[in-house]
Amino acid sequence: MSGIELLLEYLTKYFPILLFIFVALAFGVVTLLISYLVQPKYPEPEKLSAYECGSEPFSDARMPFPVRYYIFAMLFVIFDIEVIFLYPWAVVFNDINKVSIIGLVEMLVFIALFLVAYVYAWRKGALEWD
Amino acid sequence: MTELSLRLAVSLAQIAAVMGVVMLTVMILTLAERKVLGWMQDRMGPMEVGPYGILQPIADGLKLFFKEDIVPAGANKFMFSLAPILAMVPALIGFAVIPFGPSNKFELFGITVEPFVISDINIGILYILAFASIGAYGIILGGWASNSKYSLLGGLRSAAQVISYELNVGLAIVGVLILAGSLSLVKITEAQSGGFWHWYVFALPAPQIFAFVVYVISAVAETNRVPFDLPEAESELVAGFFTEYSGMRFAFFFIAEYANMVLVSCVAAAMFLGGWNAPYPGTILEHVGLGQFAWAENIAWFTVKAYLFLFLFFWLRATLPRLRYDQLMKFGWKVMLPIALGNIVVTSIAVYLFPR
Repeated sequence: MSGIELLLEYLTKYFPILLFIFVALAFGVVTLLISYLVQPKYPEPEKLSAYECGSEPFSDARMPFPVRYYIFAMLFVIFDIEVIFLYPWAVVFNDINKVSIIGLVEMLVFIALFLVAYVYAWRKGALEWD
Repeated sequence: MTELSLRLAVSLAQIAAVMGVVMLTVMILTLAERKVLGWMQDRMGPMEVGPYGILQPIADGLKLFFKEDIVPAGANKFMFSLAPILAMVPALIGFAVIPFGPSNKFELFGITVEPFVISDINIGILYILAFASIGAYGIILGGWASNSKYSLLGGLRSAAQVISYELNVGLAIVGVLILAGSLSLVKITEAQSGGFWHWYVFALPAPQIFAFVVYVISAVAETNRVPFDLPEAESELVAGFFTEYSGMRFAFFFIAEYANMVLVSCVAAAMFLGGWNAPYPGTILEHVGLGQFAWAENIAWFTVKAYLFLFLFFWLRATLPRLRYDQLMKFGWKVMLPIALGNIVVTSIAVYLFPR
């Protein structure tokens, strides 16, 4: 297959998805817009104040929050990238011409490296929440 | 040029059909949830609007459509309006790669039409995972933009929970990918044809039963449903990240949550339970000589499987109490992740010993 044909095939496959994204976005924006036009608007200071169990909000809500969330987010980024590396291997591994001891051992080594990072994070207490 | 416009028309028709079905399913679910919960608690559920309350979703939708959209003082107005759309769009467009029925390709004025899938791209499941992650932005942005303490805490909790369990979903499906040798949901479903013993949850040489359990539990956690509904724990956080939302924007977060439930159910059905394949070889309609209508039977099976999962969501909600946040994170990182990782190792060794 030539480069142009390949490009054309990709375009026909991904074009409906692009269209779907556009339609879904348009649906969201148009619905909000029509709703905005038909709804009543009676803003009052009491109504617009942030909900805090009925009392006056006593400080800005955007205050510092526990660093725990960042640690989990970073762990997620690291491990998720390792998971993504597993996908191409998983797709070709069961191919009748490609099942080989090399492919298996290589991936077991990779998972072992994954486990080293995982055990390190566990032992350091990064997976604790308190 | 005519070919392009024809393709555009076909794609638009498919998109309209899929979005219509998803919206209808969301409407049915909002009613079904209250009805099922009611019956499980020996109540009737909604009974006022229409016969047996079946028009309740329409009444709810109309009410929310005509309600005032309140933007709380101190909120970032642009982000506040953007967040519901950012949460809903990823939940809807995931359906672009779900095969609802067999790929009965036919020619229409010179272009090939696949009626039951919008686009069969070869990275199907990766595409769904990628856009599911974008949904978390909508949640955390909505929580931050509201300028309310409950919203901020709910948004943070939700983001941390979604990414933690996203990892387990990603690991759980690797076993299926090894068996199927493809990322396309159409190919994965087709590889499971010929009876329920070919479904990947039971299939030899490596039944994916553990991966299936990990996937289902993680899917419940990812959609913020009971018993993992910490982000919207009403007894401690009021309504979590959408505390300050009202009207149509609130409805969008609601649609996003339910559309996500439908999406994870469809993915679970397609990856582990054979998708549109019947639990017996072939279809009954084929055996009695009505082969041209076999797709109806296939779609019926897909619907049954998807609704089975959706019923499970309601059943869990009626049965289980909520977890504590530290228990939730501990369970995800210290129990589910090792199981999913072990499943990959066992599956790859089994596939090596018994190649296809």
